[in-house]
Amino acid sequence: MTPLTLTADATGKPARARRTAWVPTLVLIIGSLYCLVPVAWVVIAATKNRSELFSTFTFAPGTGLFDNLSELTAYRDGIYWQWMANSVFYAGFGALLSAAVSAAGGYALGRFAFRGREFIFKVLLAGVLVPSVVLAVPQYLLLSKTGMADSYWSMLLPSILSPYGVYLVRIYAAASVPAELMEAARMDGASEWRIFSRIAVPMMMPGLITVFLFQFVGIWNNFLLPYVMLADDEKFPITLGLYTLLAQGASQPALYTLVITGCLLAILPLIALFLVIQRFWSLDLLSGSIKA
Amino acid sequence: MSIHRRQISRRTMLAGAAALGLTGTSAACGGSDDDSGESGGPVKLTYWSWAPNMEKVAAIWNKKNPDITVTVSKQGSGAEILTKVITAKKAGNAPDLIQAEYQSLPTLVSNDVLADISKYVGDAKSDFAENLWDMVTLGTDAVYGVPQDSGPLMFYYREDLFKKHGLTVPKTWTEFAETARAARKALPDAYLTTFSSSDPGLFAGLTQQAGAKWWTVDSGGKWTVGIDDAASRKVAEFWGGLVQEGVLDNQPMYTPAWNNALNKGTHIAWVSAVWAPGVLVSSAPDTEGKWRMAPLPQWKAGENVTGSWGGSSTGVSTDSDHAEAAAKFAHWINTDPEALAALVKEVGIYPAATKGQSGDVLTTPAFFPNQKDFYTTAAEIAATTATAAWGPNVQTAYTAFNDGFGKAAKAKKEAQFTSALSTMQSKTFDDMKKQGFEVTEA
Repeated sequence: MTPLTLTADATGKPARARRTAWVPTLVLIIGSLYCLVPVAWVVIAATKNRSELFSTFTFAPGTGLFDNLSELTAYRDGIYWQWMANSVFYAGFGALLSAAVSAAGGYALGRFAFRGREFIFKVLLAGVLVPSVVLAVPQYLLLSKTGMADSYWSMLLPSILSPYGVYLVRIYAAASVPAELMEAARMDGASEWRIFSRIAVPMMMPGLITVFLFQFVGIWNNFLLPYVMLADDEKFPITLGLYTLLAQGASQPALYTLVITGCLLAILPLIALFLVIQRFWSLDLLSGSIKA
Repeated sequence: MSIHRRQISRRTMLAGAAALGLTGTSAACGGSDDDSGESGGPVKLTYWSWAPNMEKVAAIWNKKNPDITVTVSKQGSGAEILTKVITAKKAGNAPDLIQAEYQSLPTLVSNDVLADISKYVGDAKSDFAENLWDMVTLGTDAVYGVPQDSGPLMFYYREDLFKKHGLTVPKTWTEFAETARAARKALPDAYLTTFSSSDPGLFAGLTQQAGAKWWTVDSGGKWTVGIDDAASRKVAEFWGGLVQEGVLDNQPMYTPAWNNALNKGTHIAWVSAVWAPGVLVSSAPDTEGKWRMAPLPQWKAGENVTGSWGGSSTGVSTDSDHAEAAAKFAHWINTDPEALAALVKEVGIYPAATKGQSGDVLTTPAFFPNQKDFYTTAAEIAATTATAAWGPNVQTAYTAFNDGFGKAAKAKKEAQFTSALSTMQSKTFDDMKKQGFEVTEA
């Protein structure tokens, strides 16, 4: 910005006469519409009842929001809320475990020199490149062998190790935890565990929150893993549960209104999470690495 | 059973399976089932189904049979449950009971998912029409499931609009074409109905009516693929011709746009199955009491045949440790009067059992208050259902249908409809050959 203003000043024109950059503005407006219109659609469609859903104007609010909510709650004795609770459990607990593992792993890789470090790191990097989707079926077969398929563990175990999370924390730890500080702590007689838990973890917090958020959103939106792993619909997360509402076979009507209302409710926890965590999660991630 | 064993034994992965499951009557297998079935103590069974409210029917059973508890786990429909159950079987986690569409039965049997339960439910044969029972035996002495619901094809039309515009309810397909043309003239914004390239099940049903046998197997285990036979060709040409002429819509069914067309009256008829009222309730909520059901148009005047679309059975998996208990439940849920009543009322299916199709269990559908004899007529039509002939790779054929007919419907060219049919034939044939089945083309 500043150089632009200076040139404007240099030519003798007042700075505020600077013309609006129409093309980028337009692109950004189109981009934001592209992102927001579907959300608006979900919000509005959730207020429509069955007969309004496909017949009234798309963006005209309907009258059935509360009916939809109570119908959704009543569906199979409130199994929707069970799915919601499952999703919170899988995503919350899974992301927490994953952040903890990433913190320990990334810190070790980033701050200690040991034999095989580069090898481990390269294996992790390779892991970043393998989409988790292709692992779902092998993981299912493995967990079946140990008798853990169709259990809560079958959803938690595969999400605990996130190669991307470890990678991120390694970079972050190398940048944000100064070796001098660790050295000083050692001189003062702090144990390695104390250094990690009291000094490194707080300094890496923005990075860990990033990992937590990534994993939380990833698990929350994951469809294939629960689809493959889980058979008992009491253990379904919300993605899979809503899917069973849609796929009821040709002879049964799909429960569109319930699915749409269910989708709306399912994104609310994500929005809430982002709003709450945002304050811990500024651009420190990037600025941290630049500062170092 | 030999017919299955032979082709499957060529598939290395399933070599062992053929010896165990498919020859179900073998002493080893049967013996272990008996033991576990009679060992006493409470038995817990899991039941994968996609039908809504199935757990309410299972609850009736659980109340009456405290020693055999059935837990329903709701899964995705048709094709989804099929892949999932085959994967689960490979990992040894298949549920005890499986809701299986008729067209999936050969696939499930050739993957050794379904157990032969003939010794437990063999006497259920008399409860069902022959065409339905044939589908669960696959023409052998084995029984791989108990029929649950069926979907005889019928013709649904908007009674009010037909009357208003002087359209005749077609008795033959020739009349159907004329009505389609007349409807287009009378209502320029509307079509009689659509040809849906995303519903291979409906097309298959229409070809069954015309006499097609897509898959047949002889006693030596040799399969014949006849998808591109004269009867199916006739059906493809007929629908392709009408789409090309522009008197039928070419949009797929079960989309929001299609719902809208039904609701607004821009589709004024629907070739569908007996379960259509349940779909219309949610697809076209504003049209209650305006529809009427008639028999499917015939290829020759005076004939009385229909095909079927959908329908499923309850099978017992080879992984189940309690095959006898599971078979007992499968038998009960599909033939017991109380279970049938609950299936109709809670699950909304059209029961396969003959005694379920008459009597006061089936009341007039709420959406069809104008047609008091709906289910009497339906039972008469159901009795004329042609036997469907399914093979072990229906999904391959269906995918080929969606691809080929999707393009043909979009292009609105009759010639492409018939070429899509031959592509479907060759893809299905090649796939079976690749899988190691002994197969010829019709």
